Order: sequence, then C-alpha cells, then structure tokens
Amino acid sequence: MDNPLGTSPDDVQFRFRDDEVADHGTVTVDACCEQTNATAVRIEPGDDARVLLPHLDRIALVEVNFPTFGDGRGYSAARILREEGYTGELRAVGDVGIDQLSHMRRCGFDAFAPDTPLDEEDAKRAFATWENVYQHAVDTRGGARRTIPELRHE
Amino acid sequence: MRVLTGNDLKTGDVVWWTGETWSRHVDEAVDAGERAEEILAAEEAARRVNVPYVIEATREEDGSVRPAHIKDRIRALGPTVRPDLTLKPKDPEAIDWVI
Amino acid sequence: MYKYDNYDQQMVDARVEEFRDQARRRLEGKLTEDQFKPLRLMNGLYLQLHAYMLRVAIPYGTLNSEQMIALGDIADKYDRGYGHFTTRQNLQYNWIKLEDAADILADLAKVEMHAIQTSGNCIRNISSDHFAGAAHDELVDPRPYAELLRQWSSFHPEFTYLPRKFKIAVIAAEKDRAAMRLHDIGIQIVKNDAKDGGSEIGARFFVGGGMGRTPMVAPMIRDFVPLDQLITYAEACLRVYNRYGRRDNKYKARIKILVHELGKDEYTRQVEEEFAHLLKQGVEPPREELERIKPYFSDPAFEDGPKSVDRSDPDFAVWVDRNTHRHKHDSYVSAVISLKPVGGIPGDATGEQMRLMARLAKQYSFDELRIMHTQNVVLPHVKIGDLHALWTELEAAGLGSPNMDTIEDMIACPGLDYCSLANARSIPLAQRISERFDASGKTSKLGELKLKISGCINACGHHHAGHIGILGVDRKGVENYQLSLGGSEAEDVSLAKITGPGFTEDGVIEAVDTVTNVYLANKQGEERFLDTYRRIGMEPFKEALYG
Repeated sequence: MDNPLGTSPDDVQFRFRDDEVADHGTVTVDACCEQTNATAVRIEPGDDARVLLPHLDRIALVEVNFPTFGDGRGYSAARILREEGYTGELRAVGDVGIDQLSHMRRCGFDAFAPDTPLDEEDAKRAFATWENVYQHAVDTRGGARRTIPELRHE
Repeated sequence: MRVLTGNDLKTGDVVWWTGETWSRHVDEAVDAGERAEEILAAEEAARRVNVPYVIEATREEDGSVRPAHIKDRIRALGPTVRPDLTLKPKDPEAIDWVI
Repeated sequence: MYKYDNYDQQMVDARVEEFRDQARRRLEGKLTEDQFKPLRLMNGLYLQLHAYMLRVAIPYGTLNSEQMIALGDIADKYDRGYGHFTTRQNLQYNWIKLEDAADILADLAKVEMHAIQTSGNCIRNISSDHFAGAAHDELVDPRPYAELLRQWSSFHPEFTYLPRKFKIAVIAAEKDRAAMRLHDIGIQIVKNDAKDGGSEIGARFFVGGGMGRTPMVAPMIRDFVPLDQLITYAEACLRVYNRYGRRDNKYKARIKILVHELGKDEYTRQVEEEFAHLLKQGVEPPREELERIKPYFSDPAFEDGPKSVDRSDPDFAVWVDRNTHRHKHDSYVSAVISLKPVGGIPGDATGEQMRLMARLAKQYSFDELRIMHTQNVVLPHVKIGDLHALWTELEAAGLGSPNMDTIEDMIACPGLDYCSLANARSIPLAQRISERFDASGKTSKLGELKLKISGCINACGHHHAGHIGILGVDRKGVENYQLSLGGSEAEDVSLAKITGPGFTEDGVIEAVDTVTNVYLANKQGEERFLDTYRRIGMEPFKEALYG
C-alpha cells in the first residue's frame, strides 16, 4: 500500500452500494477506538473486529486488508461486523483476486479495492459464481437469500 | 554442474533444460552455470516450464547425467516400484541407478 | 446411499466450469503458478514428482458401483490404468495432465463425484467409519451427519483460507474405526439421557488431534451437542480457529497447536462464547434437512439366510475369519477386499480391478462399496450364503489376500516414489516386509499387528498410530528409517514412541522382525503386539534392537 491511510474512492473497482463513497482516510483499529470522531477504520488481519462494536454507529467505512489472499482472517472479521449490525461500507483491500470475490461478497463485503485491477469480465463471472449456496453467511441474513437446505423444505 | 529441471505446464511431465529447450531425458541436460536463475525466470514467465528449480548433478564418463539427490534421480527415471512406467521399462538395472 | 438432487448437481457442475475457467486462465498466463496453486489444490490437483496428481473425494468413504466403474474408466482413459486409495478414504491418480483435469472433473460430476476441497487450507473430505450402516455395534449410521457436514463445509465462504488444512471425522460406535481422535475435529454421535426420561441423540466433539510433525490426541471439548445445533457448534470451532490459529509458521498452523497453546479449557471457552453468538444468528440448517438425508442411508432389504459358512476349504475359512466383520443382520457380514497382495503396492487398484469390485458390489452388496482408511475396499452387506462365491471371484482376481489387520495389511503412503514432499520411499519397505512375513509364515502367529509407514514427517502413512510405525527420513541424501512402537488410532488411541537411532532400508526390515520376536517371546494369553508392548514397555524391545 502506497498510502498508509488506506485506499481512496478512486481505488474502489467494484461497489455494490448506492450511497456516496466515504472519502476520508482510514485509521487503525486502536486509533479508531481512541478518536471519538473517526468514521473510517482499517482492519489488519491480526485485529479483533469485535473491539469496534461499541463504535459501529459512527463508522461509515471499514476497510479489511488482505496483505496476502491466503490469510483468511478478514472473512471472519467481515462476517462478525455484519452479524453485529454494521451496515456501512465494508471494503476488501489488498491482495484481492478474481477467485476470492464470490466468497468475500458472501461474507458481507460490498466494495472491493484490489491492489491490481481485475479483469472486468472475469470479475463479473466470479460475482455470479453461486446461483445457490449450501450454508448461511451474510447474504442469507434475514431471509435475503434462501440456502439450499431451506429451499428444499419450502 | 548446475542443471535446470521442472515440470511441463500442460502435461506435468518432468523436464530438463538442454540449453535450447526442455527435454524429458536427463542425459540431455546441460550445465546452466551462472545463467541458471536468469533462464529459469524467463522460461517460467513464458510458461515453457512450471515450478522450475536448479539442482546439482554430475556428468558421468559415459556422458550421462546423474542428479546429486535421490529425489531428482527418481524424477528422472520414474517410480522405482513400477519399472514398467519408468522411462527405461526394459532396463532392469535402471532402478539401481536411482539408489 | 446419498443421491444428489438438482441443487447438489448444480453446485458440482458450477465448480467444474469454474475450474475449467481457472485452468484456462493459467494456461493463457493470466494466472501465475502462485495464484493458480491454491485454486488447483482446492480441486484436488497437486503437482507431484512425475506429473500432476488428482485426488478424488469419496465422501465418508461410500460409493456405488457406477461411481467405482467411473473411477476405473478414468484410470484407463486419463491415467496409466490404475489409482491409489488413500488413508483418508480418497482416490489418487498419479499421472494427470493439466489440460485434461477439467474433463476428468466433468466425468466425475456425471456420477455425482468431485475433487472439491481434497487439498488446500480448507475443510477437507469428511471421513467416517467404513462399516457405517452395517456394523453390529453402532448407535446409528453416522453418515447422515457426515453428509450434513459435507454440504455445510462445501464452498464455505468464511473457511476457504484457513491457517491450514482441516479434517473432520464422524463415527457413531464406541469402537473407533476412523482414527477419529487424530482429526482436527472428531465427532462421535452419542446417546444422552433426556429430561423427559427418554434418550436423545447428539454429538460429542473432540478438537485438536492430528498426526504430522506434532502428533496429538484430540481432547473432548463438549460431551453433548444437540443435533439441531451441530452445524452451529462446528461453525464456532472453525471461526475461533480461523481467527486465532497461527499463521506465522506453517508447521504450527494446525488447530491442534492452537488448542495446545491456549489450553483445552481456554479454547473451549472461546468456542462456547462464539457458539452463543452464532446461535442467535440462525446459521443451522433446518432440522428437516437431516430428516431428508437420513432415508438415503436406510437399510437395504435384508433377507434371512444361512448364518454360517462351510469351512471345509481351509483357505476360504481363513479369509472368512480374517476379512469379514460382524454385521447388524445375522445373515450378513461386511467383507473386506484386500488391496495388499503379497509384494504389492498398498492401496493400488487397476481400472480393471475397480470395475470388478463394482460388479461384485452390485451382485453381492446392494450396489455399495466403502473405502477404508487402511487402503482396502469393503463390500458392506454380503449374505453369508454368498461368501464362498464372492471369495472365489476375489481369489481369481488377486484380491483375496486374507490379511486384514495383520502385519501384511500395512498402511504405506506413496513416499518418494511419487510424492514431492517425501524424504524416503515407503512402498518398497511395504513390499519387502509383506514378502518376508508371508514367506516365513509368521504373519498369522502375530495376529493383529498394525504396521504403518510414512515417507516423511507429514505422516500420511499414520506411523504415529502404528503398533509398529516406520518414518522415512533423509540422512545426508540417503534414505533412513526410524522405528516407533505402541501407537493406536482406535478407541484405545495412543501415540507411538521412537525406539532409538534409525536404520537403513535393510536394517529396518530386520528391526521389524526383531520386535515381533520380542513380542512372541513375551506374549501372554491372547495379547496383541500392542498389549504386550503396553505391559512390558519399550526396554525389552530396545535391548533386542540395540543391546
């Protein structure tokens, strides 16, 4: 990352939200907990997303950094934030590739700022990988999408 | 000598650098010397070889090439427990060369 | 057995197309090997010593004859006429071309099979008791629970990039035939006394077992999880691991290290906390789903018939005694087809043998086969009255070795003959040991003796769990073998201890012979090798080996 304060709106290649893109630099999780006016935060793999829970009301952007795509802690961080009611932008940044997009989307990410821009066609296909899904995740919350076991018993 | 080896990207076959191309026969391998890393990088980038690496080997008096480590000798020949599937299925002594 | 519905088929078909696209991008250079490797691994495609290797999942070790025929046909069409059954109830092909891999996956999908998650840092194929649904001593058939877990773990979005691979086994008998406590999660289906005076089925969780370079026996972390919370509890176990499992050192990344470093109690506390949170999230599949799956595993139409065999042919009688297992119906047994012919390669079967086993399954076992973690094949439901006819056909095909659980029924990983991780060859040792013990006639005197051979510290050959274990190491470029004694993967689980300095290939074969002599000299009554070892300890064996 060239910009230690996180990605800018220009870095966001895919976004699944209608609201305006938050345009302020992110701070670390520790700083976010201390600065009562911070509205954008960046989670690193080792951070505990749950320490942000008391502050979710004022946060509009959470960046989750994937320094390497093989470090999957960010998937849990994202899902926990959504399970706890976070509705702001959840942006996956860093080593985000085509083959991670569908799982990230299911875990609640709604914006993507990959280090290396991705092929648009490949990405489109990737987001549409799963017509149906076996297990619950963020995309099935509140019945927004039925899992396969649920569809079988409707 | 420093010999370059890897697997063919499409077929997975074990291959050895001959100075111009990649061969399945270790005896055709050449000493890549100090250019080894440079060749590997270029060949891998061009997808003419997959996961290549440098090994130590010796050229024997009969001109054959013998990798220093047993793992690469097994790669060069094939599984010792299936002589029929090795590159020298009709040579009963080939397995001894490995060990 | 389980049949795919349209949803299951759609998932597998989608994966084939996804992989076809990934392989295309690799061949076109849009993906580097570093990027492609985790993707191909999640579809079971390794790059091994001689070629690509494809590992096909056989969920909980169960398959039907159509599937076995397809496996045999793939061996002939895309490989070199054979496959290798593994210690995790899977099948491996050793000579696969990348350009064929997607077509093979498509062929597998046609018979409801796949290679999904047979590698990579994700939840692997769920394993189970190979006598499930047939054994006389099981509480229930564990496979419906394994199938529920299979679906939950397939393409799990949160758990695809775990710190390390993750293996789950499910059993439902007190006897452990699946090395359950040597898994990342071992689940035992148990019965509990319910409040209303009746009883209730639930799941006992053991977490943090495994072999590899740091073998550990999984401690129990919950003695009873109600069935309508099974998936939620597993999800909690995995989430704590995904968040806190070590990622700084590949060799310390398995969940056993996390459980060990946190301590069982602290890990359990974190799981319970996460579990309480997840219970509120409603992540459990509807209870009707388990009820939908169960009938697929209901009993076939057993018929009464003869309850004993004519023992006048001694060879047949030996095979019946060794290679059949007591069935829940008294006119049936489960019959073990040995893939350990004397001097053969443990676990290998030709395409032709696979098709033969498929036909025998259709004829004699309600169309069903099982793969054992000991690299053999089971026909789970064979009429006692059909045993002689079955044995006659097996004998003719070289599949009738009467050696289950003897020293000749050893486990051996592929070793340095095939595997790029291996340090030494395993198969030649297995071949020479079976030849030697068969020739000396000592095998039957030794009775149950589990020999397990690994070609490297990753322990795919389960050497830590062998009554006698052999580990191949690389000593300055020369193969060297360490001997260990006293392991068990069964309900009396224990980890083997190293005897002392290692041996050459010839030396370790002598050493195996030596320790079996110590056993025979000290054996009391009906003691197995393991029992004698546990009674007399390591010293007499050491004395004989190094004395």
